[in-house]
Amino acid sequence: MKSVRLFGLAIGVSLALSTAAYAEDLTIAVAGPMTGGYAAFGRQLKNGAEMAIADLNAAGGVLGKKLLLDVEDDACDPKQARSVAEKIAGAKIPFVAGHYCSSSSIPASEAYADGNVLEITPASTAVKFTDRGLWNVARVCGRDDQQGKVAGDFIAKNYKGKNIAILNDKSTYGKGLADETKKALNAAGIKEKMFESYNQGDKDFTAIVSRLKRDNIDLVYVGGYHPEAGLLVRQMRDQGLKTVLMSGDALADKEFASITGPAGEGTLFTFGPDPRKKPTAKAIVEKFKANKIDPEGYTLYTYAAIQVWSQAAAKAGTTDPKKVMDTIKRGSWDTVIGKIDYDSKGDIKQIDYVVYKWDANGGYAEISPKGS
Amino acid sequence: MDYFAQQLINGIVLGSIYGLIAIGYTMVYGIVGMINFAHGDIFMIGGFIALITFLILVSIGLTTVPLILLIVLLVSMAITSLYGWTVERIAYRPLRHSFRLAPMLSAIGVSFVLMNFSQVSQGARVKPIPPIITGGYSLLESDGFVVRLSNAQIIVVLTTIVLLAIFTWLVSRTRLGRDMRACEQDQTMAALLGVDVDRTISMTFVIGAALAAVAGMMYLLYYGLVDFFMGFVAGIKAFTAAVLGGIGSLPGAMLGGLLIGLIETMWSAYFSVEYKDVAAFSILIVVLIFLPTGLLGRPEVEKV
Repeated sequence: MKSVRLFGLAIGVSLALSTAAYAEDLTIAVAGPMTGGYAAFGRQLKNGAEMAIADLNAAGGVLGKKLLLDVEDDACDPKQARSVAEKIAGAKIPFVAGHYCSSSSIPASEAYADGNVLEITPASTAVKFTDRGLWNVARVCGRDDQQGKVAGDFIAKNYKGKNIAILNDKSTYGKGLADETKKALNAAGIKEKMFESYNQGDKDFTAIVSRLKRDNIDLVYVGGYHPEAGLLVRQMRDQGLKTVLMSGDALADKEFASITGPAGEGTLFTFGPDPRKKPTAKAIVEKFKANKIDPEGYTLYTYAAIQVWSQAAAKAGTTDPKKVMDTIKRGSWDTVIGKIDYDSKGDIKQIDYVVYKWDANGGYAEISPKGS
Repeated sequence: MDYFAQQLINGIVLGSIYGLIAIGYTMVYGIVGMINFAHGDIFMIGGFIALITFLILVSIGLTTVPLILLIVLLVSMAITSLYGWTVERIAYRPLRHSFRLAPMLSAIGVSFVLMNFSQVSQGARVKPIPPIITGGYSLLESDGFVVRLSNAQIIVVLTTIVLLAIFTWLVSRTRLGRDMRACEQDQTMAALLGVDVDRTISMTFVIGAALAAVAGMMYLLYYGLVDFFMGFVAGIKAFTAAVLGGIGSLPGAMLGGLLIGLIETMWSAYFSVEYKDVAAFSILIVVLIFLPTGLLGRPEVEKV
């Protein structure tokens, strides 16, 4: 009992100390799925944010203040995202880089708007995120209508006259992306043979796979995340299907290949041009590699989100979220993923989705825009 | 027809896994009269132990697949049984003569403890393994539709049949089985006649956990991954299967598991994937309206 009390005391003291530290320094937050099925992406966000903060602090901080990072876990659950957002707003943190899942970013942004917090998402692509006209949201990634258009055009060009199926996981991101892709496909004169949805967390896709087989589907487009897409591919190959799976930016993590094994070869997905290969990213990628981190997927986007905010805060001479947001929307920002310009909604003006393909060695690479 | 055959295979394999888990629910209910909500998480623990054992065996350089499978099976059954035994000893036995809902609440608590324990100790991410059992057979072929039966599917179904046979024999022909049936009918009377009730109940939990471990391992082999929250959904489905088949009845649990698996698959196959759970649970409700004790769960028939 005594040791428990001592332990409690120790926690109390350390909490008091950390609050003291908060008063002098400037805390910003990164929020995303640090646990749960999508934790691989939470790790990308955390890695990017930690590196960005270390680099900013090495260069003297923001407005002369040292930055501290508060890592929050929403587990990609809308309810938890909302309570995380209220916690961040309550702690008077001026800026959050997050969240990952669109279904988390959207409810969280409302709490941030009320609590005077600026939110830049590195990864949420749902159209609705910026379309609601909230003052406090921006992103450094593209939108699902852009991504769906690229995917739809790619399919229309390379799979003309073939059988297409579209699946989604009913999430804000997955359903949104599937709808946008369907729209682009239908506009190109292709009607999908099947439009179905499954549940997030499903493990058994054998029934869907047999349906794909019956309908001779050549390409199945999945609006969803990598654990489900990975299992779907694996079960397709188990049933002897050669159907190609295509999906969105949620497949940009090596964990996809560890789920599919060799079955993942040939899987396609859309994502921005590999940020690791941009000339602006070279030095920072080296730094990540030195720490044995592969800055894949949204790692560098998170870095960029923090860069945009810090540059804007420096230019505005304040961390007041409203003033910083005005500055962000009016300026043009040099980030690790290249130059970023904003429109009045908080969307970036650069649109540059490309198609990637998974190879047999568990890696992925861009394929030429005209298709393979 | 070929399409139907393929979906039948899919449904039977899924149903076998549900059935294996459902047996654990039904056995405990038959004897102690409580619903062991932690059983789904015992299944998850079984999957994790199978995964860890598998990785250890591979890292020490073992490559013979049948040998690996056998060792993984035995190790995960042994360790998971220990979990089952411990849970009963710590969380259920002290509450056995308490009011009826107490052990059930305690079971929900254990479920959270196990889930959080594996989340903390094993990490919150999905844990995949490379495919161990590959290959399969093409059975029928017409109009370009090939019915595939993979080796993993064969192993899942065969294991289920063999285990079901062993445990049916155990319950109906051995001393332990007789003790279990005696405890199920009247614990006080059984104790008066020299049956060690505590030991029998412990053994029931051990057997249930061992079967859950097998289900966990089959799950790992078939789907290629485990995660800390997989026990929840699988547990709910298996519990439903046990109720559908008639809770307390061993063949009922298996039948219920197969039915739930088949309903889900066939609904996804011919209607919409979206509503497969709605379909499964609607049929459960209809069955319970007309057969309140489930398909095979007549009160006068011996349960367990």
